Order: sequence, then C-alpha cells, then structure tokens
Amino acid sequence: MPSDSHNITLNVNGTVHDVEVDARRTLVDTLRDKCGLTGTHIGCEHGVCGACTVLVDEVPIRSCLMFAVQAENKKIRTVEGLADDGHFSLVQQAFHDYHALQCGFCTPGMLMLATWLVERKAAVDDEELREVIASNLCRCTGYQNILKAVRTVLEGKNT
Amino acid sequence: MKPAPFKYIPASTWKGAVALLSEYGEDAKVLAGGQTLVPAMNFRLARPNTLIDLNTISESSYAKTTNTHLCIGALARHIQFDVPLTEGPLRGLLPRVSHHIAHVPIRMRGTFAGSLAHADPASEWCSLIVSLEGTVVTEGPSGEREIEAKDLFVSALTTSLAANEVIREVRLPLLDESWYCGFQEFCRRAGDFALAIVIAHLQINDGVIEAARLCLGGVGVVPFRAERAESELIGYSPNIGVFKRAGEAASILDDPIEDPHATGSYRCDLVRTLVPRALCDASALAGLDI
Repeated sequence: MPSDSHNITLNVNGTVHDVEVDARRTLVDTLRDKCGLTGTHIGCEHGVCGACTVLVDEVPIRSCLMFAVQAENKKIRTVEGLADDGHFSLVQQAFHDYHALQCGFCTPGMLMLATWLVERKAAVDDEELREVIASNLCRCTGYQNILKAVRTVLEGKNT
Repeated sequence: MKPAPFKYIPASTWKGAVALLSEYGEDAKVLAGGQTLVPAMNFRLARPNTLIDLNTISESSYAKTTNTHLCIGALARHIQFDVPLTEGPLRGLLPRVSHHIAHVPIRMRGTFAGSLAHADPASEWCSLIVSLEGTVVTEGPSGEREIEAKDLFVSALTTSLAANEVIREVRLPLLDESWYCGFQEFCRRAGDFALAIVIAHLQINDGVIEAARLCLGGVGVVPFRAERAESELIGYSPNIGVFKRAGEAASILDDPIEDPHATGSYRCDLVRTLVPRALCDASALAGLDI
C-alpha cells in the first residue's frame, strides 16, 4: 500500500501551519512532528490515557484518535496556546498554586480538559467535576490537587 | 503503534459513500467517530486499505423527535445524549445510559450509529435499541432499507449490514407515559466495558405490571431479551419478591461470555443481582419505594 499524502492547512492556536501528511498520521503525531508543538504528549495511543487531549472546535478530543487530515479547517488548541505573553492562564496558575502535577506527563492533557470545563461557563457540581477529570489518567497526584485546582478556577477564587 | 498506510477519501453524500464502499471492496472501512476503529488501527488489529470518512457528510448529526420516534442521524455523538432530548420515559433514561459510555472526550467523537454498526456485546446503545425494539435505516446499493434491532445483531462484532451498506439513521420508539425505565450496568472501572448491562421497561397500570421488557447486554454475543424473566413479572404488582424471581429466571444463561475479565458464572451472578436493581429503578420512577 503506497502512502497517501495530503497537503493540508492546520489552524493551531491561531497560527496557520501548511503541512504535508500521510493519511495515516494522527493529529498528535502531526502537531509534534510537523508543527513542532511537542507540548501535547503521546501516551497510550488508543484513547485511554488522555495525555494527548486537545481542543478541536472548542471541545476536548483524543488527538491520537483523529487523523490530521480530519482536522483541516478546524480550530485546534493545544497547551502551547494557553499562556498569554508569558503569563499563565488561570487554569495553569491554579495547577501551579495547588501542586496539581508531579511528573507532568499528563499535565498538557489535563490542562486542556480543565480549560474546556472552565470556559464552558456552566455550573459544575462535584460529581460532574470528578466525572470529567476521570477522563484522563494521572499516576502521580492521586487527583485531589487537580480537583482542588480546577474547583478553584470554577469558583473564580483566583481571579 | 501507528496505523498501517491507507487511502483516505472524504465522502460528501450517503450515495457517494456507498459507491466508494462498492468500488473499494471489503478492505474499505467507513470512519465515523473512530473511537473504536482508530485504536484498532493503531494496534494494527484493523488494516483497512481505504478509509471513507463520513464526518464530511453534512446535516447528519441530528437527534430529533417525531410524534412516535427519536430519530438519530448517523453522526450524532454520544455526548448529545448526556442531556434530555425527549419528553416521556426516555427523557431520563438516555442521559443515564450515555454517562456510562467511556469518558467525555470519547463521547465527543464516538457516534450512536457507529456503536450499533460495531456491535460490541458490551455496548450500551446496542442493548438500548433492542430493549426499545428500535430500527436502523441504512443506505445500500439498492437504496434505503429499515432493519429491526433484533435482526441487526448477528454475533459479537457482526451485523446483518452488507459490506457496502451504512447506517444513515437510528429510530428509537418513544414509550408512552405508562412505561417506567430502569438501567443498571456493572464494570470494573468508570468508563470501562460493561461486564453486564440490564435495561428494564415496565408498563404499570393501576399498580399492576401489564407489560415488561428486560434486555441483557455484555453477557451474550448479542444483546437479547430475557423473555422468561419478563413473563414472571406480568400481572403482579411491583415487589421485591417478584423482582428477585425475575432475576433468578434471567440469570439462567445457556452460553454466557467467558473472558479474562469475568467467568460465565460470574456474569450469571451479575444478572441475578442487576435485574432486581433495574426493576427497582423503574418502580422508583413510578413512585413506588421497593
């Protein structure tokens, strides 16, 4: 089977990337290898761990389960787009303040998941918060500090 | 692991997708949500030589009610069912079921119709459509046809769809207000595959069960109705004794799934426990505290 190459345009964090990709390349591989955006991590590559979570058209998805060719003409947001001119976003700052990370491998995915939840601007009870954060695996923190950090932002306590 | 090379073709119409499937043969696959197919491709358990993307077909993500049915477009995502879409008994049932499907980012992409076409025995939607006696509308080389849920699922991961036939719409009959719905699922971890699913619908009039449907998922190669257990319920007022009898009857399974996650006898035990719980769920909605 010969490769099936496509010239596509990806809009990542407001920047346009013209890239040539094989159809078989996932979005996360393309972000890392073609766009030079290595903040999004590759974990399990079958949708379980959530390390590769990014926002596509403002909703969180597993970028290991979407092909790059499918992301053309969509708005992609990754962890590199969160900070503004060197200043942490509210979610990043809360993760820092509450020690919501240890090794940091899951953190880019966690931050994107939490960013979606916060920007949705809907009331989030503890049950829903736990359900959403359970989408991504963290093997260091035990989740408690992640929940505290996101809860703090949801309640607007650190603005 | 990375997927093996394949040719990617975005479809723009249903007829076009069917024509492409006919042209590229059995090694072609359609791509909807991709939340099962793409992991299988990453593991190289699936190596389609052509992937026909349905996501590019417009106006297929709807979930709308008619007087009699909830009609679900082929690209409606699981997440759409996290909130109530209908009035009546399905109003509460669908979100309850939906929240058991994987996790939020997976539900954002995975589709209702894709779950049916994949036909995993542990799929919540496969059990649901069998319990509701729903249908799917498909597009094939000779046009549309409608398939009843009980005729769709042939075996584990096997449906009666032809290789060049795709599901366009799912139709779930709306139950009237005399029905009450219960749902129970057991899995090892949140979002994991179900080891057993029980969906119970009770039609209660004047305090007596007039009709009952019990659908079991995750315990056989396809979801199926526990008809003997259903007949145990008819004519009785809802009570724990009759619910337990139904659980006993439902737990007698000829050929329960045996796999590394659970033995067959464990699955039978789960059914015995979950059936009364699902029936209590349904009764609670009828205002009966059992």
